[in-house]
Amino acid sequence: MKITFPHFGNVYIAGKAFFEELGQEVIPPPKSSRKTLEMGTKFSQETICLPLKVMIGNFLESIEKGADTIVLTGSCGPCRFGYYSILQRNILEELGYNVEFIVLDPAGEGFKRLKKNAYTLFNAKNIRDVYRAGKLGWQLINKADYITDLSNKKRAYAVNSHEVDAIIDRYYRDAEKTFRAKELMDLMDDTINELNNVKLKDGFEPIRIGIIGEIYTVIEPFVNMEIERKLGHMGVLVDKSLTPTIWVEHHVKSFPFGSKTERLKYKKAEPYLKTLVGGHGRETVGSAVYYAENGFDGAIQLLPLNCMPEIVAKSILSSVIEDYKFPIMTLILDEMTGEAGYMTRLEAFVDLLYRKREEKKWKSII
Amino acid sequence: MNIRVGIPRSMFYFDYIPLWKRFFECLGAEVIISPRTNKHILNRGVNACVDESCLPVKVFHGHVDYLKDKVDCIFIPKIISTYKREYNCPKHLGLPDMIKHSFSELPCIIDIEVNLRKSDRNLKKSVLNAGSFFEKRKRRIYNAFNEALKQYDDYVKMMTKGIIPLRTFDKNDDMSLLSSIIRKDYNRTILVLGHSYNIYDQFINMGLIKKLKNLGFDIVTAEMVEEKRAREYAAKLPKRMFWTNGQRIIGAAYSLIDEKSISGIIYVSAFGCGLDSVFIDLVERKAKEARIPFTLLTIDEQTGEAGVNTRVEAFTDMLDWRKKDEDNISTLW
Repeated sequence: MKITFPHFGNVYIAGKAFFEELGQEVIPPPKSSRKTLEMGTKFSQETICLPLKVMIGNFLESIEKGADTIVLTGSCGPCRFGYYSILQRNILEELGYNVEFIVLDPAGEGFKRLKKNAYTLFNAKNIRDVYRAGKLGWQLINKADYITDLSNKKRAYAVNSHEVDAIIDRYYRDAEKTFRAKELMDLMDDTINELNNVKLKDGFEPIRIGIIGEIYTVIEPFVNMEIERKLGHMGVLVDKSLTPTIWVEHHVKSFPFGSKTERLKYKKAEPYLKTLVGGHGRETVGSAVYYAENGFDGAIQLLPLNCMPEIVAKSILSSVIEDYKFPIMTLILDEMTGEAGYMTRLEAFVDLLYRKREEKKWKSII
Repeated sequence: MNIRVGIPRSMFYFDYIPLWKRFFECLGAEVIISPRTNKHILNRGVNACVDESCLPVKVFHGHVDYLKDKVDCIFIPKIISTYKREYNCPKHLGLPDMIKHSFSELPCIIDIEVNLRKSDRNLKKSVLNAGSFFEKRKRRIYNAFNEALKQYDDYVKMMTKGIIPLRTFDKNDDMSLLSSIIRKDYNRTILVLGHSYNIYDQFINMGLIKKLKNLGFDIVTAEMVEEKRAREYAAKLPKRMFWTNGQRIIGAAYSLIDEKSISGIIYVSAFGCGLDSVFIDLVERKAKEARIPFTLLTIDEQTGEAGVNTRVEAFTDMLDWRKKDEDNISTLW
């Protein structure tokens, strides 16, 4: 069994070490690129959302490298993601690939199947093995996210922000060569040390922007064109409302109650949106309110074209903008998005926030 | 004076209107339904709605815009789920919220929540919530609902027989959907597939039904297949279909393909419909297997009617030729 999984931000680093620790052979897909997207778009349905297309590209590239088992999390509505596994299986079958899908559907869909899937996947014999595996995975993902978060912070304050990029790039490169969790943990510790040694500007107050929206576009750097780096180089402190850690905490670790952070978002969203709309629509509204209340300068909503829950959220965000006088920009991503146009919009938005801040300063002086 | 309740002629109107109308009338309210979708309503909707949403949602905004100064309250239920462990489209889940945040001045909105995902018993609560706008006595609300339910059952029964009996409820609804109860010529029956609000709104689909009838084709829609039968077929999917719409559309299509009682499928889908992107793929694959012609009409607020005409005519011509020129001689000599 040679396991592969779709790219999802930094998850592949933790995922690789995690499965290796469990004695599985892992073939992570090559980094998502223009070629991945092209392959994915070619074979997917025309009107389906972007994540499916990129994932198909990922699968095809890993199959080329020898993978034969695809691991995917599932869900059961109302977002389209729940039906991804079926559509993807159809596409791959049509192309003549014989691969196995292991879909981890929520327990409500039949606990027995989830148990069976988890046992084969985690190489476990009893529930304690699963628990131990889960604990290890949690540590890895936590640390991987910590590094991403730390690099975002350092980039905004760094004297030379490209120095941070260099460290992170090296970390990603080396992570592919590591084997099992111990080596990766050591590499991560080294990276954290290096990041902490980056020279910072004194007394610099960066603009703070929260990234909200659909989880895949928020997390996957290829799809959002490395928005964190782009903003970081402009001296912006970026905070992401969704990370793999938050997802795992909400859906796995604190099952079935949901994590504290997510419940807080629901509460914040309540005056605007009381019930679920699927995907992360409610969280988007909640995070926007959260950022507005916590002194952020603005927020950017990311969504793939045609994402249903985020369209609902977008129409509601207009009220949040009004009520809190809080600027929110929406960027829609699809396979045609050009980088230059994207860059222009980001620059314009950051300029606007700087100006707004200056105005506020002068008003208080006068 | 009676309270005037406005019901937009869009979205779930085509599925539940007899139920809603009778219910409100039994409670002593005056029901005002917006007119059939027209250019004017569409334009108002496009102006009010967020630009990424699909055509039916924009049309719905237009209907609300039309009604908002003419009634005391507008009925926009939040229909989260109408079947156990199933959902509706995310845009339906947020429809009342989208409306509330898109318009600045609105009359009171009856945005009761219908959520039968966990248990059917929640329906009682929803009914009570809706009724409490007009009547305090619970007994009367239940009685009104039961009476409305009877009418709704008749409506569903008539639909399965192949009649879309909208005319009985409102003189504004057109009769072009009426088809003969007994379908005679199976070789010339087309399955028009899609969400009810795309199929039965003659403005959204640009009179597709009328066009097909004029070309001499009989029409079947997903609602004309019995629900139980549709669900049986939908259950054959490798994963449980968690959208109620999908159960109906996929189940109906699969059962009719299996029966071989249709000669072609036309799928009417609004641009940007998330659910359709999944359904189209599933239906198209099945149709291809069974060698039944399939075509997709994508519509948005800019679609030109001439282009649709050309495509429909080409499709129907192809169906005719397929029948005429097929010699049914085996190629294995």
